[in-house]
Amino acid sequence: MARKTIKVDYLARVEGEGAFKVVVRDGAVKRAELRIFEPPRFYEAFLRGRSYMEASDITARICGICPVAYQMSAVHSMEKILGIKVDGALRELRRLLYCGEWIESHVLHVYMLHAPDFLGYDSAIHMAKDHGDLVRTALRLKKIGNDIMTMVGGREIHPINVKVGGFYKVPSKRDLGSMVENLKWARDAALDMVRFVSKLDFPNNERDYEFVSLRHDKEYPLNEGRVVSSKGIDIPVEEYDQHFKETHVEHSTALQSHIVGRGPYFVGPLARYSLNFDKLTPTAQQAAREAGLGKTCTNPFRSIIVRAVETVYAVEEALRIIGSYEQPDKPFIAAEPRAGVGCAATEAPRGLIYHHYEIAADGSIMHARIVPPTAQNQPTIEKDLTSFVADWLDLPDVELQHRCEQAIRNYDPCISCSCHFLKLDIDRA
Amino acid sequence: MPPRVIVLGVGNAERGDDGAGRMVARFLKDTLPPNVEVVEHDGEATSLLARLDGAVSAYVIDACVSKSPPGTIHRFDANRETLPHVSSDMSTHGFGLAAAIELGRTLGQLPAHVVVYAIEGKSFDTGAALSGPVAAAVSVVAERIRSEIDAALF
Repeated sequence: MARKTIKVDYLARVEGEGAFKVVVRDGAVKRAELRIFEPPRFYEAFLRGRSYMEASDITARICGICPVAYQMSAVHSMEKILGIKVDGALRELRRLLYCGEWIESHVLHVYMLHAPDFLGYDSAIHMAKDHGDLVRTALRLKKIGNDIMTMVGGREIHPINVKVGGFYKVPSKRDLGSMVENLKWARDAALDMVRFVSKLDFPNNERDYEFVSLRHDKEYPLNEGRVVSSKGIDIPVEEYDQHFKETHVEHSTALQSHIVGRGPYFVGPLARYSLNFDKLTPTAQQAAREAGLGKTCTNPFRSIIVRAVETVYAVEEALRIIGSYEQPDKPFIAAEPRAGVGCAATEAPRGLIYHHYEIAADGSIMHARIVPPTAQNQPTIEKDLTSFVADWLDLPDVELQHRCEQAIRNYDPCISCSCHFLKLDIDRA
Repeated sequence: MPPRVIVLGVGNAERGDDGAGRMVARFLKDTLPPNVEVVEHDGEATSLLARLDGAVSAYVIDACVSKSPPGTIHRFDANRETLPHVSSDMSTHGFGLAAAIELGRTLGQLPAHVVVYAIEGKSFDTGAALSGPVAAAVSVVAERIRSEIDAALF
């Protein structure tokens, strides 16, 4: 029997550790497994008994790349339980903080992690030898995202300024104004990024996804909205658990999500874009059109363009927020804890992130559940890879490994950062 | 004005010996001349490189895993040599440090003087304290860096 095992060990990095394994039997791909060895999610357990005020700071620790996403889903859940609505300038500041995270996360992924795949370099370091200016631009652009995180969130990694009801401290109009010149430069740089990635070479791989993202009446989704899908779901987030279920699979410590009665679904930039194109700014829409995108995008390899378009959006949104910002009188809305249950979903750079909490009358957390985007996407990633690898089996091993790594990075899983030193074992029995 | 010097302690303080670099930074914090900035860092490459910007001299401390005994102190002159892979593959952030240095070198953005201290780790368990040999090495590295900075400044 012709046996071929493609094993990519050590997807080690911030959010977890994992590996990629494809098993081939008699010339056909039998299965593809994305093995995620995240340390078991003790977070849900050790949140129990802690104060509702601590959830945002504790969950921010889950990821060094997208801490704001965890913070936002946590505080919104708690605010629902407390019966408070954060609006006006405080809501805008949260959106601004999220824009910072999108900028730094998308720029890191597009330029430093994914572009080298398309251009045939082993890493951004190798790419920098030939494309020094490109990498310098990427570093400057990413830093502007980090500057927003520092200004609004208190520091660039694991921000500490987010609080139930608002913030511990809010910036002045002048503080935010100091970022405008850089953001104007960033808008041009982000538009250049869209043009640059649109010229890369993309395989034709249109997929039949069920996209899932938030959708809001007035804005491109970041902090709130209904949960919608490309195949008919349109629900308030409170009904999330009726439509989405997590199951445990043996090869991964991360739970995998499915739509009840249907199967895998897909969250992230492609989903957001395809379900919310009409909410992008005119500039971002125009950039997308010029890059050859339609109003939806179902080719995961083109997700690099969508990330660039979302970067344009995030920069423009940051400029809009700063332009109309008036410092609020109080940095937060005070509220007393009360017993209750609440949930919220927000849009991490990698897609929808859902939190669900139950707290007691004294504010201590009785139960916590956190559904991160990568776990939701895992079944889709495996399904896609099974299909892609089937077409690549005749390629030489080196090329096959390269394609697999590039394909995994389409999904920007938090574990992707280390793909450049993955090991590929091919076992030919 | 004296040249800007930065000391960067890299690592994750919640992962046992991975916190060695940060502990060196904590040792040195507020004990060095005012032109020396002492910073704890998680090691993400692009952010680390941005931190080096504008410094004339940099001391970066990280944990590593090679085949040496725990607590072994490795010293690299990053301006003269590439960091060995052995010090970069093993920790979740180590790739970040080696990448930051190589990226900075490629782009011509490294400070004129970059020294990397890597302390051989033993245990990287979640929530663990520094192991004995690493804790001992931390204070040795801190004193060495203090001496190097003193010698360079005076």
